[in-house]
Amino acid sequence: MGGIDNMKSGSNLEKVIASGKPAVTAELGPPMSADPHEVIKKANMLKGYCDAANITDCQTAVVRISSIAAAVLALREGLEPVMQMTCRDRNRIAMQADLLGAAALGLKNCLCIAGDHQSFSAAGKLKGHPGAKNVYDVDSIQLVGILKKMRDESLQEGGDKLEVAPKFFIGAAFTPGGEPMDYRPYRLKKKVDAGADFIQTQGIYDIEMFKSQMEKVRNLGVHERTAILGGIIVPRTAMMLRYMDSSVAGVSVPKVLIERMMKVKDAAGDDKKKAKAAQEAEGIKIAVELIQQVLEIPGVKGVHIQAIEWESAMPEILKAAGLYPRPTFPDA
Amino acid sequence: MIVGEQKPFEEIWDMVKGFKRVLVFGCNTCVAICHAGGNKEAEILASMIRIKAAEEGVPMEVRHAGIERHCEPEFFEPLMEEVKTYDLVLSTACGVGVNFLSERIGNIPVYPGINTEFYGAVPQAGVFTELCAGCGNCVLHLTGGICPVARCSKSLMNGPCGGTNNGKCEISQEVDCGWYLIVERMKKLGALEKLYQIQPARNWSTARHGGPRRVVLEHIKDLEEEEQKTG
Repeated sequence: MGGIDNMKSGSNLEKVIASGKPAVTAELGPPMSADPHEVIKKANMLKGYCDAANITDCQTAVVRISSIAAAVLALREGLEPVMQMTCRDRNRIAMQADLLGAAALGLKNCLCIAGDHQSFSAAGKLKGHPGAKNVYDVDSIQLVGILKKMRDESLQEGGDKLEVAPKFFIGAAFTPGGEPMDYRPYRLKKKVDAGADFIQTQGIYDIEMFKSQMEKVRNLGVHERTAILGGIIVPRTAMMLRYMDSSVAGVSVPKVLIERMMKVKDAAGDDKKKAKAAQEAEGIKIAVELIQQVLEIPGVKGVHIQAIEWESAMPEILKAAGLYPRPTFPDA
Repeated sequence: MIVGEQKPFEEIWDMVKGFKRVLVFGCNTCVAICHAGGNKEAEILASMIRIKAAEEGVPMEVRHAGIERHCEPEFFEPLMEEVKTYDLVLSTACGVGVNFLSERIGNIPVYPGINTEFYGAVPQAGVFTELCAGCGNCVLHLTGGICPVARCSKSLMNGPCGGTNNGKCEISQEVDCGWYLIVERMKKLGALEKLYQIQPARNWSTARHGGPRRVVLEHIKDLEEEEQKTG
């Protein structure tokens, strides 16, 4: 086992992955408000029930507390954050400036993603900013490369020297069920070639599909060069499962799972409270089963669990999945 | 070709209603093909403005004229004396034409009658699609002839992102995912390996980001200047 000196970032997430134990990441969505308390509250709910939590970067292009600021709020509460950085809102100058700032503030993990298009911001009841100009100066794979160059070569993208390099554990996303499916493992390899230390996947319900994609990933040797964390989106209602199956890109939900949730809902009859509680209990059960199935797949090093606006479900899920307590490491 | 669409008539009326002598000036090349600003469209627009002016009781003289291209001086120079007798030119050329005429017409304002949209093709009558973004650094040899800058909503160089859904873009089921098309095209060409290589961060200075662009062909420029000298 390498000591802290051999670590790329020394983040808790990196340590757990290096220990060989299955890693657990969670997700924390910052609020559409300048009030820090929601972040603090969620951070305290997740603390101890994950190795690090992703702090989303204006997900669905909706303006919220910035990922870096919310990540620092979480860090102060003792929850290790994974700051997210989308390519939608910043050019390479702003990105690198934010990365230097984030590192200076003590952040150690960064997930590089393209980000939802700004047209998403006007979904539902929100007005959003569909008329915003997007940036996409670089894409997620290029951003991974920029982080690696800054960390390992102490160089900015343009080639200027950095006196102190930002030491990030670099993450990227993988949508195994995305189209064209036969190309997705190769695109994942590009992310790892660029320097991704860990990968979080889009939510997986179709285990057979993920198994088959992971086989292709293993054939490319990618699983040995990065830590793949399987994505688990905790289902809360039958409606949510249906919506994800029909509307979320790269996510397909097997009929049996939807039917299973429907059955539980129908059994509760007209009692809405009972139906809600029964579906939530079943949703947690499904999540635990998915976690166990995902962790059995060779090459998977952990899970990324998203209990969206339902952080309170994490303790029960982790305990039932045999993932609690989380590993701890003596301070270096 | 350059594709444009006529501005909403209310917006046009707001622009022109304060002027006494208005020339609606058509351009009969690109914007004629997309039925936005050709000489025929200029004539129709002039009639609409005349009718509106009559309805509103605004005294206004509205005429129309048209030339083949607004982007080269020899086409509009023969008409310049007449054009300069108006107090507004409502150009239905693309933005290039509006700019170019503005620079040469002295103190007469030139207003845009159309919104200039993109470089496009005509896959079927009445349909125009954007296929090139004019970024100044072509990569079509790497992407199966399908432009990621113009046809991916995020201009990704290493796509597709996670938003591909049934071959469509996450922004709309009406919009093809450019990267889905690229991958499928590269498979057909037996050249998918090209997409296994990481495309590095681009130098966008060749695009609009490097400031207004200019291409100078010295040999032609010199020849022309020489000819002018020798008469």
